[in-house]
Amino acid sequence: MPHQEIIFAGFGGQGILSMGKFLAYAGLEEELNVSWFPSYGPEMRGGTSNCSVIISDSPIGAPIVTDATAVVVMNRPSLDKFESHVVKGGLLIIDSDLVNREPERTDIEIIKIPAQRIAEEIGSKKIANMVLLGALVEKTKIVSMESLLKALKEHGKEQFYELNKKALERGAEYAR
Amino acid sequence: MAKKVLMKGNEAIGEAAIHAGCQCFFGYPITPQTEIAAYMARRMPQVGRVFLQAESEVAAINMVYGAAGAGVRVMTSSSSPGISLKSEGISYIAGAELPCVIVNIVRGGPGLGGIQPAQSDYFQATKGGGHGDYRMVVYAPSSVQELVDLVQEAFDVADQYRNPVMIMGDGMLGQMMEPVEFKERQTTRNLPEKTWAANGLRGRKIHNVINSLYLKPEELEAHNKKLQQKYAEIEKNEVKYELYNLENEVDIVIVSYGTLARICKNAIKMLEKEGIKVGLIRPITLWPYPKKAFDEVMDKVKLGFISIEMNEGQMVEDVKLSVNGRKPVFFYGRSGGMVPTPAEIVNKIKEIVGGAK
Amino acid sequence: MAIVFERPKALLDVPTHYCPGCTHGIIHRLVAEVIDELGILDKTIGVAPVGCSVLAYDYFACDMYEAAHGRAPAVATGIKRAVPDSIVFTYQGDGDLAAIGTAEIVHAAARGEKITTIFVNNAIYGMTGGQMAPTTLPGQVTETSPYGRDVNTAGYPIRVSEMIATLDGAVYVERVSVDSVPNIIKAKKAIKKAFELQMQGKGFTMVEVLSICPTNWGLSPNEAIKWLRENMIPYYPLGVKKDITAGEVK
Repeated sequence: MPHQEIIFAGFGGQGILSMGKFLAYAGLEEELNVSWFPSYGPEMRGGTSNCSVIISDSPIGAPIVTDATAVVVMNRPSLDKFESHVVKGGLLIIDSDLVNREPERTDIEIIKIPAQRIAEEIGSKKIANMVLLGALVEKTKIVSMESLLKALKEHGKEQFYELNKKALERGAEYAR
Repeated sequence: MAKKVLMKGNEAIGEAAIHAGCQCFFGYPITPQTEIAAYMARRMPQVGRVFLQAESEVAAINMVYGAAGAGVRVMTSSSSPGISLKSEGISYIAGAELPCVIVNIVRGGPGLGGIQPAQSDYFQATKGGGHGDYRMVVYAPSSVQELVDLVQEAFDVADQYRNPVMIMGDGMLGQMMEPVEFKERQTTRNLPEKTWAANGLRGRKIHNVINSLYLKPEELEAHNKKLQQKYAEIEKNEVKYELYNLENEVDIVIVSYGTLARICKNAIKMLEKEGIKVGLIRPITLWPYPKKAFDEVMDKVKLGFISIEMNEGQMVEDVKLSVNGRKPVFFYGRSGGMVPTPAEIVNKIKEIVGGAK
Repeated sequence: MAIVFERPKALLDVPTHYCPGCTHGIIHRLVAEVIDELGILDKTIGVAPVGCSVLAYDYFACDMYEAAHGRAPAVATGIKRAVPDSIVFTYQGDGDLAAIGTAEIVHAAARGEKITTIFVNNAIYGMTGGQMAPTTLPGQVTETSPYGRDVNTAGYPIRVSEMIATLDGAVYVERVSVDSVPNIIKAKKAIKKAFELQMQGKGFTMVEVLSICPTNWGLSPNEAIKWLRENMIPYYPLGVKKDITAGEVK
């Protein structure tokens, strides 16, 4: 039974909310139940940013994720805040270029990805979020890469599609 | 079937209103509902309708009074402190019997409070935020789809009864994205023609007057009696609620509405695994309150009812009135923008059930 | 026999509640005559305020609204936006417009709402029994300024027309008086022009009418007229404050 509750967290401007959105659109593409819920308020403008995404084949209860099957963090404060939210046996994906401490948990799976460097190699640090999203989808299989690409095509900016696609694939490769 | 789209609650409200034939929207920015105004600012001109950002919530609701009086479908939206400001106008609208839709995406109070999800405007919405003996239909959707459906229903109900209707959500519902479908719908209601509208004589012999002033006590009382008759009619016809997990006998019944009811459903599933049977009454109309739901399930309830709210205990008063002493009524609430987790609710219920066993 | 003077069609054949000597009746009549002369009764919608003219909805024959205190310009905005081909006017006193309703009038004017405001300034709250208004003159005795308006504590009267005239959305603002026949004729001209400019879709128009309140001023109508001339007109000079059509060739 597919059911994943995911938290994306980092700084405003890193594309935290949009990586969540693309995942949610991909879930919709596969006719699953989805919800996306952002942190909102003054913190939107430059401070920390996070969103909860739930993808499930059964009706979704609370849209706010507290016990996450997977957490993706793109800065140190987010690791500090959300490491404890990963359920036992869950997945934690870290942008190791931006997080300067080791996670403490030993009961979860941890993937550290130098997402900034990979993204820069491809063309822009701005798509580091997509590298991480690629890794998440590869590891959790919550949606297929095809659905994700379709979501990207339909809801992302046309001119970034190829770049984003490359980033997703590189992230997936890294997680394999 | 229309294609499902992923939409933020706030934006879905705007689109649903447009689908429902809303001709004018008067707004004012306030977190966490500002996306409604932004969406309407973009969309209304595209469909040849009116968007106007007012100078205050006070002005916005009085613009609603003007447009509603002229007979067009009109909406405004705000969040708690803004609804306090609109309450004067809502009372006039109720008094003058004008149809309109008011959205409250509730945030924590009192005062400026906070901006996180809350349900602390229950009293304000259901017991009359403004002055006088008036009632307003209040819908509390729990998903973006239900929100869309109820916005359309709200316009119909407003027109049918010539009464303001409120859609009450919280920051969670306003900010979250979920798949929605905008169904092409025809109303099944027999909506009366707005012969009372003051939109210019245009050949009519006698002028129409939009008014809530009755200086003679006899006339004001008669007006109030007429309003009460209408409210009784609404109570008879328009109650909406959901019963969940109440097919069989349960240990306890949660009463909860809006997004919080979804969290309660999660808790109910968790409790089920521990052998504790819990049902849920989810009021969809907060006024008229679904009293009959309690009568329906009373025989299935072992321990009693617990009202779970994002405030310090408001709806629990209506739960007590509905239960009317037949069973104990408990309460659990968080406030100030704190959203209860399923685990918290599980613990509270175990405490009650355990204490009883 | 030809009838040379009769009730305007825009006024209903009902007795009004105004006090003896009050000039509201004159101002109502001027507005009604203008509506008749422009032939717009069928699509005119009026908004009454809270104050002495609260019952104006019973006197005008066009469709009418009763607004909450001070909110008439917002109500009028809602009407005009909903029914753009209608002619909308608000009829407001000084307490309604210049105290509680300051935000609404300023912003309706700033937006250039295509409405006409008839602003009746008699320097006092009439309906509640003679309290200090925003337009009460320095030293003027009222129930709530029993020692005369002290500008050190109660501040200064507001010259609303001059203030509104500074706003780009206001296309025509004039202050008139109904203290004499020539002034009444001027007042009617101003009201007519305001309605005409609204009909042409030019923007916000306002006519401030200096008016008397014999009852609450504690004067006979004649004394009140004299008081208006000697006290109000010097503080509130008559004349056009703004006219975007000035200089246009007719």
